[in-house]
Amino acid sequence: MIRFEHIVKRLAGRNVLDDLSFEIHPGEIFVIVGPSGTGKSVTLKHMVQLLRPTSGTVWVGKESISTAEGQALERLRGRFGYLFQGGALLGWLTVAQNVALPLQQKTSLDEAEIARRVQEALEMVDLWHAAEQYPAEISGGMQKRAGLARAIVQRPEIVLYDEPTSGLDPVTARTIDRLIQHLNRDLGVTSVVVTHDMQGALTIGHRVAMLHGGRFVEVAAPAAFAASRCPEVQQFLEAQHITRENFFRK
Amino acid sequence: MITREPFEYPDSAGYFQRLYLATQEGLAEVGRAVLLGVRALRELPDLRRPKARAEFLRQLYICGIESLPVITVVALFTGMILAFQTGIELRRYNQEVYIGSAVMVSMLREMAPFITGLILGACVGSAMAAQLGTMKVNDEIAALEIMSINPVRFLVTPRLAAMMVMTPILSFYTCMLGSLGGAVIGMTQLNVPWEQYMSAGLEFARPKDLFVGLFKALVYGIIITTVSCNEGLTTTQGAVGVGEATRRAVIISFLLVLVVGYFVTRFFY
Repeated sequence: MIRFEHIVKRLAGRNVLDDLSFEIHPGEIFVIVGPSGTGKSVTLKHMVQLLRPTSGTVWVGKESISTAEGQALERLRGRFGYLFQGGALLGWLTVAQNVALPLQQKTSLDEAEIARRVQEALEMVDLWHAAEQYPAEISGGMQKRAGLARAIVQRPEIVLYDEPTSGLDPVTARTIDRLIQHLNRDLGVTSVVVTHDMQGALTIGHRVAMLHGGRFVEVAAPAAFAASRCPEVQQFLEAQHITRENFFRK
Repeated sequence: MITREPFEYPDSAGYFQRLYLATQEGLAEVGRAVLLGVRALRELPDLRRPKARAEFLRQLYICGIESLPVITVVALFTGMILAFQTGIELRRYNQEVYIGSAVMVSMLREMAPFITGLILGACVGSAMAAQLGTMKVNDEIAALEIMSINPVRFLVTPRLAAMMVMTPILSFYTCMLGSLGGAVIGMTQLNVPWEQYMSAGLEFARPKDLFVGLFKALVYGIIITTVSCNEGLTTTQGAVGVGEATRRAVIISFLLVLVVGYFVTRFFY
């Protein structure tokens, strides 16, 4: 569904992505982990052409999104929902207005249908009670959940999550994890999740990939990933107190 | 695509190549700003949509009503200073009855659009650059692009339309208030009665002065919005970048108001 072909991305004089090639299958939850500054968010941004590769091609289906322009790009982006790290809500609109925005601007749905879908999306992220509040009046975690509601309100085929659980309390973080699983299982949404949270990554991911030095040093199913002999993976897992033994005991 | 990657020199670039690339990038930036203005103007018919009209009205309020207190004070006192300084000189020749024409004509032709341009550049332009810059660094512009909402149509066009409406109106308001301030000084300090002040003013002021002044204000509105929105939308590097974009927006707007003001005057007179 999404295919990276020999992607090189040069930023500030260094190759952040260095000949990166991989494929994400339809209906999959693909989790990208790795230390800060290794290019996880950069990888995600290439999928919707917020960044263009220095060389190589990113394919969405049979179309290249890295070279798409105008209406072709708009149509390809229409297949995506994107949850930004900070939620990226517009400050002068209420939570409900933020969630309604893509429907109001890009569809011909009537107000009643828009209101129904906004309520549905906000209830999914347990935020209906804050619908009339402004982003500045709610916590960072709530902003992130509102951002997620906006990302899914158009019912996209693919949702990209940039650090969906960072800065959230453990209970809310697991709620978001379950929501990602629910969207995937019940609605068939393909998900790409960038995270530091290995607990969540190994729980929800169908495949987990470790980005290091601009390339994936390991791409595997959660069990195989936890058992990986790759030193970078082992170091990353140990730093979060996840060992092969306690993963399989669970 | 509004979201752009920062400009970088190739690793191998020498001094002269860097100079060449910097010049090229500078010119490209000017081109992009002009293009942004043109694209925003082309999207003006979109304001017929009720949703877009709501944002346009909000911007009218921000540009017009919120700037009113500052403009009122500045216009009134500019007229008073102008009348006082001119009056002192004219009194040496017993010609102080003509302060009405000096104040009114200079306000109509030059001072009113110029003062309005500077105040709106400082108050509204800086706010536009800061708001769009903050939106840029918080990924809100990127979020709009991913939702396929055109940031130019959604953010720049309502601001541009509001400034195109409000700058001439506020310029006219400045002119009226400045003339009133001049009249107050004329009556209280220079013994020029209201009727004499007005008749001298209306004798020399021509409709052309008014129309050229309003046209100038319209051009300033377009320049301030285009420069400020462009600076905001090209912000990088977090809070520091927002401050830098705001500073640049105000400086460039001020300089362009001065330079373009001269050329418009030269064209019509």
